[in-house]
Amino acid sequence: MRFFHWVMAAMVLAMLGIGVAMVTSLGDYHRLVSLHRPLGILILIFVVIRFVNRRLHKLPPFPPTMSPQERFIASASEVLLYTLLFLQPLVGWGMLSAARYPIAMFGAVHLFPILPHSAMLYAFLRKTHTFLAYLLFLAFVAHFGAVLYHSLVLRDGLFGRMAPWRERAR
Amino acid sequence: MRLAGVGVLVLGVVGAFLYLGGWFSPHELTQGRFVNGFERVNGIYSGFRRNHAKGVCVTGHFDSNGNGTRISKAIVFQAGRVPVIGRFSLGGGDPYMADSAGAVRGLGLEFNLSDGEEWRTAMINLPVFPFHTPQDFYENLMASKPDPETHQPDPAKMAAFVARHPEFLAAIKIIKSGEPSSGFDNTTFYGLNAFIFTNADGKATPVRWTLASEQPYVAASAAGVPTGDKNYLFLGLISSILQHPLKWHLILTLGQPGDPTDDATIMWPEGREQVDVGTLILDGVQAEADSETRVVNFDPLVLPAGISPSDDPLLSARSAVYSESFTRRAGEKAEPSAITPADIRK
Repeated sequence: MRFFHWVMAAMVLAMLGIGVAMVTSLGDYHRLVSLHRPLGILILIFVVIRFVNRRLHKLPPFPPTMSPQERFIASASEVLLYTLLFLQPLVGWGMLSAARYPIAMFGAVHLFPILPHSAMLYAFLRKTHTFLAYLLFLAFVAHFGAVLYHSLVLRDGLFGRMAPWRERAR
Repeated sequence: MRLAGVGVLVLGVVGAFLYLGGWFSPHELTQGRFVNGFERVNGIYSGFRRNHAKGVCVTGHFDSNGNGTRISKAIVFQAGRVPVIGRFSLGGGDPYMADSAGAVRGLGLEFNLSDGEEWRTAMINLPVFPFHTPQDFYENLMASKPDPETHQPDPAKMAAFVARHPEFLAAIKIIKSGEPSSGFDNTTFYGLNAFIFTNADGKATPVRWTLASEQPYVAASAAGVPTGDKNYLFLGLISSILQHPLKWHLILTLGQPGDPTDDATIMWPEGREQVDVGTLILDGVQAEADSETRVVNFDPLVLPAGISPSDDPLLSARSAVYSESFTRRAGEKAEPSAITPADIRK
């Protein structure tokens, strides 16, 4: 299941890049938006699978050098990331629904609307989508920085908890 | 030392994000700057589109005759009836502008297909578009900005634009060679941008389409056309559509290899095969205050499977700029439109 983390990391990074690029591009807008929508739904599906799996399994232990405060921050940031990854695609799906756009995935496949038509609701959700995107980016940068710090500076074996090549904790 | 390494990696990620978001290119033309341009030239009218602001909503249907199925697998071309909503408009950012024969006329349409797909299109009454790229459109928009003292565009700026863009002059010549019709009802509308139509066998054909009016052409300058009222074009449309349904034929022009799909300033040669794929019938009219269509974004890249964008640089730009305008106006209080429900009831 660690595989899901790494695949999602690639998808989420791609989404953040696509999202921030598409809203400031005339020529690439259509191509990027067409990728952004189905990738967002894929992330939603993956985060639900990951969450269910997370609840069903015991986590690898924290390195013994981590203090209770540090463990709390690590767990809280995990909750934040899961929450943002779950909310953001829903906000995107909701905003397109409120805007009465067809929620096109690929070919003729499209999703049903999850909110009633409302210009004001669309405008609010559109701003929310941008806000959550920046928050997600900041949460990622913090996560990335913290993991690098533990791996390269503290060298406390933290990375092994998620590393794809290590054995699970015994 | 390792800490510095961590810092470099983190900064690198942040830098990449800032780069992708255009923070290092403050002069690049983005959809935000484009709409800012419209707002600087026209002013901001709360709740209104930043272009084609003045309009009225219509409803009707498309009777597809099945002739289009050999060109595109899009289900809209299967024989049958498709519900349609639409909006007639005049080009310009002032929703209270006075109607005039020379103003650009627009028709936005949304076809609601039986499988839940939609086809949206926004057409105008010009037979050729005077701008090749979105940058050219923007340049012209800024050149047309009224001087704060004279309240007129600076002729020197316009002359400079025309000198830089011979294709603009050539297109204007074609546009001016015909006289606009007397009203919306007998106007022919043009799609202008090429799209790629793919049929069930996978064959792709470049297509430009038109909506040819069944209502006979009458020149705007012909006697008996009342032009005094500042809403005369819209009032004329309302009166017409309430008397009888208005009809247009959807004509696909099939491009040949070598016909430019990426330049809407160049018309395709005469004699290209044309296919009449069905009749658009508009039989209902509603003021924007009474219609959800006021809120609809006629994004020309909302397409069914079987129609896809060509390499025309205007298409993705239209989608991006319309989306930005839509986002801004959706969050604004909707001020009353020029055409009110009372105008429909009269």
